[in-house]
Amino acid sequence: MTPRRSRALLLLIVVAGVALLVAAGLQNTLTFYRSPSEVAGHMSAHERVRLGGEVVPGSLRTEGGLTRFRIGDGTTEIAVEQVADLPGTLREGQEAVVEGALDAEGVFRSDTVMAKHGNEYRPAEAGGQDSR
Amino acid sequence: MTGQIGGIVLGAGLVAAVATALLWSRVALLGVSARPARAATWATLAMAVLACAVLEVALVGHDFSIRYVAENGGRDVPLYYTVTSLWAALDGSLLLWLLVLAGCAVVVGGRRPERSGPLQPYAMAVIGVVAVFFFALTYFAANPFTAVSPVPADGPGPNPLLREHPAMGVHPPLLYAGYIGLVVPFAYGVAALLAGRTDRLSVTVVRRWTLVSWVLLTGGITLGAWWSYAVLGWGGYWAWDPVENASLLPWLTATALLHTLLAGRRTPALRSWTIALACSSFLLVLVGTFLTRSGAVASVHAFTASPLGPMLLGFVLLSVAVVLGLLVSRSGTAAAANPSPLLARESVMLGNAVLMVAVAAIVLTGTLFPLLVQAVQGHRAAVGPGYFNRAAVPVALVVLLLMGLAPLLRPGRAADLRDLRVPAFAGLAVAAVIGMLSRPGVLALAAFALGAYVLTGLAQSLVRRRGDLRRWGWMTAHAGIAVVAVGVAASSAYTVSSERQLRAGESITVGGVTARLETVDRLGAANGMRVRVRLALGGDAGGTSEPQLRYYPARDLTVSVPAIRSGVTGDVYATVLGAAPDGTGATVRLAVNPLVWLVWLGGGMTALGALTAAVRAPSRRRSPSPSPETPVPVGAA
Repeated sequence: MTPRRSRALLLLIVVAGVALLVAAGLQNTLTFYRSPSEVAGHMSAHERVRLGGEVVPGSLRTEGGLTRFRIGDGTTEIAVEQVADLPGTLREGQEAVVEGALDAEGVFRSDTVMAKHGNEYRPAEAGGQDSR
Repeated sequence: MTGQIGGIVLGAGLVAAVATALLWSRVALLGVSARPARAATWATLAMAVLACAVLEVALVGHDFSIRYVAENGGRDVPLYYTVTSLWAALDGSLLLWLLVLAGCAVVVGGRRPERSGPLQPYAMAVIGVVAVFFFALTYFAANPFTAVSPVPADGPGPNPLLREHPAMGVHPPLLYAGYIGLVVPFAYGVAALLAGRTDRLSVTVVRRWTLVSWVLLTGGITLGAWWSYAVLGWGGYWAWDPVENASLLPWLTATALLHTLLAGRRTPALRSWTIALACSSFLLVLVGTFLTRSGAVASVHAFTASPLGPMLLGFVLLSVAVVLGLLVSRSGTAAAANPSPLLARESVMLGNAVLMVAVAAIVLTGTLFPLLVQAVQGHRAAVGPGYFNRAAVPVALVVLLLMGLAPLLRPGRAADLRDLRVPAFAGLAVAAVIGMLSRPGVLALAAFALGAYVLTGLAQSLVRRRGDLRRWGWMTAHAGIAVVAVGVAASSAYTVSSERQLRAGESITVGGVTARLETVDRLGAANGMRVRVRLALGGDAGGTSEPQLRYYPARDLTVSVPAIRSGVTGDVYATVLGAAPDGTGATVRLAVNPLVWLVWLGGGMTALGALTAAVRAPSRRRSPSPSPETPVPVGAA
């Protein structure tokens, strides 16, 4: 085998290995979700979806085992109610994905919260002061 | 008034950058004197310095008529954090970016050609083009000097998370300097392609700049991890967040480049690969900047809301296309490689470089995947940390396995694997003992074993060679990586945590540590309110722990400040998640994180080791060459 052929073969093996690892790694770790605008406009009540967006600053409240907060995407906000304790990782101004369904009053009843740890450098844009 | 001056300075900087790019192109193509080009480079730096100075003056002088100050300044902010506010938000940090970039240009352009290699004018033209783009980006898309009307009386201050710790003054500039230093290898790589002289890549210059950037990046990433742990208070130090990945990606390719430069000295066949690596680190910096600064990851609305995102994306795509096109058209028929044994230094280092690029590819895929899914299918998607742990970590462990061979490697000869007996035994023994005592999981167990194996191998080599000083740099860096691996494995496998609503006198127990809630104090302060929870620690630890919740009304943001008590075996990490309105109780999260300090120690060792190598670099050359500063073309023995 010439050096050129062997290099091509080696490259092929590495690429195939990476592709295999990527494909295997994405199993069960890829979460699809919808934004508040999509959920507010088009979801019928009690249809189970995942909702993702920013936990609106100042909206997180915990009262007697019930956690309420709003998830927003800059245009629409949806009120979320989660029975039972939240992971301590959920924080205002950061991204979160919740799983559940809208009830008849338009409140999202969530039973699973997946919080993403946001970027420490992204300024919390309270009051929409980002004028750019 | 100050705002107008700032705007004019930025505009002048843009003009100077254009002049720099054009004049250096003239030097490259026509071979005329470089004196005017140097003057233009200096002028660019002067404008960048002035722009930063004007914004600092406005920040310190609370000139709220300037948009950046109105958004990030505040009268109650201490002077130190007012000064560091320059890089607390995007627009200001772009000025810092310009400053470092112009500084790099002056250093590279100011050197005599015989010190900077024959490709210096081409490389300077490339740096000039990059400077033009970033000046244009700042001037047109993110100008911090635009006027605000009406002028507010006070500003909200920087993001509260950025005024919790003095490390804010060090971490971002360190990381920026590391990112931008990589523009030099990029410029020389593109220059070699542009000039059609891939054989004239100045290994000395590229290696020195890559090494210095690598030291800064390593320090910056370690500080960032520590920051995430000690200030952000979510309990960990690495979350595979796009911002973190953006700093890891160029680090991985720069590591691969450093090793390829060493391995590639004897192998002309590696020219294209070396140049591709030299270019890729800065391209990944640009990709990372686009990912984290355009808001594309957070939401599509943020992306299109400002011209910044499209401009950055355009520049990233253009740069990638230019580099790829040049690589394809200019990579001539590579000469046949000198066959070297499979376990010779060249082959192992090259193999490990390929694996590091593979890790980078996996991390990049996971980071970009949500964007691709949204662009193609319209669905929103998130890739969890599980992906990175499953796909990237195993390859990283193989990298550790190959790294353990380093002390045995000889140029051009196969390594003697018998020397591996002691390290291999140490690794297996550690795995056996830990595996019998606990169940940390396969990946963590492998990391412990590999850490022990790498460290034993280094120690064995140290004893045999009685501390050959030339080897200190890379050996310390390698030991640091192994220490980080052990620290990460221990803290991810053995961390225990729990959270509870506590009333005064009640307690929570985690991993042998008991915390009893003593008092909940509400303290009013001028710039907000804070809740201080006093916990009495029992069990293995002792004393008290006082985590806090701080509320910043100007940003409507609550920050949880963790209280960390560090010991040799690990940290007791307490955070307040919420407090009862009547002040009688609080929700507390208590965690015991073993051996986290190994991560900071290892990161520090790695940066320090590489720094030693960078300082010693010129005198390290063993091959006889006319002068240490003469550029050694890739492929010259």
